[in-house]
Amino acid sequence: MSMLELRTGVALVLLLALPAAAQTYGFGRPATEREIAGWNIDVSPDGAGLPNGSGNVAQGKQVYDKSCATCHGAKGEGKPADRLVGGQGTLKSDRAVRTIGSYWPFATTIYDYVYRAMPYNAPQTLTPDEVYAVTAYLLHLNGIVGADAVMNAQTLPKIRMPNRDGFVPDARPDTANVPCRVDCR
Amino acid sequence: MSKDIREADVPDAGVGAGSRRRFLARGAALAGGAIGAGAAGAQTADNTPPNVPAWMKQEGQPLSKDPYGLPSPFEKHVIRQGRGDQVMPGAGSLQSPLQHLRGMITPNGLVFERSHAGVPDIDPAQHRLMVHGLVKRPMIYTMDDLVRFPSVSRIHFLECSGNGSRELRSPFGKSVQISHGLVSCCEWTGVLLSTVLEEAGVDPRGKWVLAEGADAAGMSRSVPMEKCLEDAMLVYAQNGERLRPQQGYPLRLFLPGWEGNISVKWLRRLKVAAEPFMTREETSKYTDPMPDGTARQFTLLMDAKSVITYPAADHRLRQKGFHEISGIAWSGRGRIKRVDVSVDAGRTWRQAALQEPVLDRAVVRFRLPWQWDGGEAVLQSRAMDESGYVQPTRAQLIAERGMNFGYHNNMIQSWKVGSGGEVTNVHA
Repeated sequence: MSMLELRTGVALVLLLALPAAAQTYGFGRPATEREIAGWNIDVSPDGAGLPNGSGNVAQGKQVYDKSCATCHGAKGEGKPADRLVGGQGTLKSDRAVRTIGSYWPFATTIYDYVYRAMPYNAPQTLTPDEVYAVTAYLLHLNGIVGADAVMNAQTLPKIRMPNRDGFVPDARPDTANVPCRVDCR
Repeated sequence: MSKDIREADVPDAGVGAGSRRRFLARGAALAGGAIGAGAAGAQTADNTPPNVPAWMKQEGQPLSKDPYGLPSPFEKHVIRQGRGDQVMPGAGSLQSPLQHLRGMITPNGLVFERSHAGVPDIDPAQHRLMVHGLVKRPMIYTMDDLVRFPSVSRIHFLECSGNGSRELRSPFGKSVQISHGLVSCCEWTGVLLSTVLEEAGVDPRGKWVLAEGADAAGMSRSVPMEKCLEDAMLVYAQNGERLRPQQGYPLRLFLPGWEGNISVKWLRRLKVAAEPFMTREETSKYTDPMPDGTARQFTLLMDAKSVITYPAADHRLRQKGFHEISGIAWSGRGRIKRVDVSVDAGRTWRQAALQEPVLDRAVVRFRLPWQWDGGEAVLQSRAMDESGYVQPTRAQLIAERGMNFGYHNNMIQSWKVGSGGEVTNVHA
């Protein structure tokens, strides 16, 4: 066997030994677990991503009054920012009121959104206990949980929102205009 | 939050505030001189034939005046505008001045903007893209890494799904800028998302990708894996230069033909998962309420649409005779195949000329010669794309979707030309 054949053979063996979807460019570097933990803030409907901690309705009222009421109203009635409470039973009307209570399909989304984006002037500053608490309070204001409710990584994903089954897939194209040229209307 | 980044844009040679003030004063004097001469030329001196114009009798501005070129001072009215309804200064939109644009490309400074918690001031040297979740190799990329990948440039429209949302209930926009200005068209340059996902090695269970922005909204949307692998781009440049801060500098997702919100700006994280994440922006917002109380979700494609940009509301026709009707059309389903124009509120239609090139999911300019007889007219345009889809009427949309949907309104727009030449927004 010549050196060339030997080299080719070795190269072939190496190629075959690589995983099927091998990195082809090699830019970037592996993300460490610590780095991922610092950025991995999303929370899914099954509760994946919820941190340790807990909060109740009474604690949530304190968080809300301090950090949320200025924009969302004393009881979540809105103005200047979004209304958060009420509207259940209005979705079929011509002037639907879409709030957490009437429209949002998952309670976990409250946690995800409040932590990542609220309060508007200081996102990602509330502690997990504070976010659980204000989530409990918002659910209570909407009549979804009682005054003694406690939210944590176990209880929050179990909340069934009133509009849980209200969403349907895209049905477009849903119109069939005819490109008429004369005597069209 | 309200840090004024414009201050940072002022040239500062780093030799002290005194010299900087002198620099600014000199710049202002030069600019003022230019405007003064122009204004004087327009208002007091007569620079038209047979007189020799004043600007021929003196040397013009030094070449170094605007190292980053700016429009003529006479074009200072050509700017983006909001609807004046934003509650928070950083949460709202600015519409592109469609009535002043020519051709198909939107200049970078006039591209529409929709932001949810202000425009972050991101240092590209510290920006990172994290790719993790259901992947074999969780990765972190710098901007230098990302620009090393094989790159592609593609011309596509970008439209906010709320573009035209106010037009459904009543004629809202006093100009085409306000009614339809949440659409722009640029050449986008970046790396295909499929390239980066292949580097990380997607687990076969991975069907959705969370895209998350590095703004104060932590903007987050779930993207179907199919789209990620089909034509999604990680974009770092538009129209030849790096992204503008308002467009996601230094890195944004770009999903051709889909609603603007899901092309997440300031992209910092991609997380692969088996199911969608049901973020706030894909549940409580950007969903389309139907009359039966349900709401359509993941309505991501932008259907074919067109609008006449001249004559349009806020214009006034001053003379009878020839006017070139001109407008733009686009479709998330592919190329625009035909645009018809009516000047009689939809009774009869004529085919407009399409300006080449007609590109896949890009804005196309259409034109139709028109003789205005000085009487009333109602102008409409109707786009058709290569899939056979025809832009619907307002009545057809309401028959299907009721009055509660606001996103994805692509109804045929009507402009009424009055007998005095004034053009207004109407339902016809």
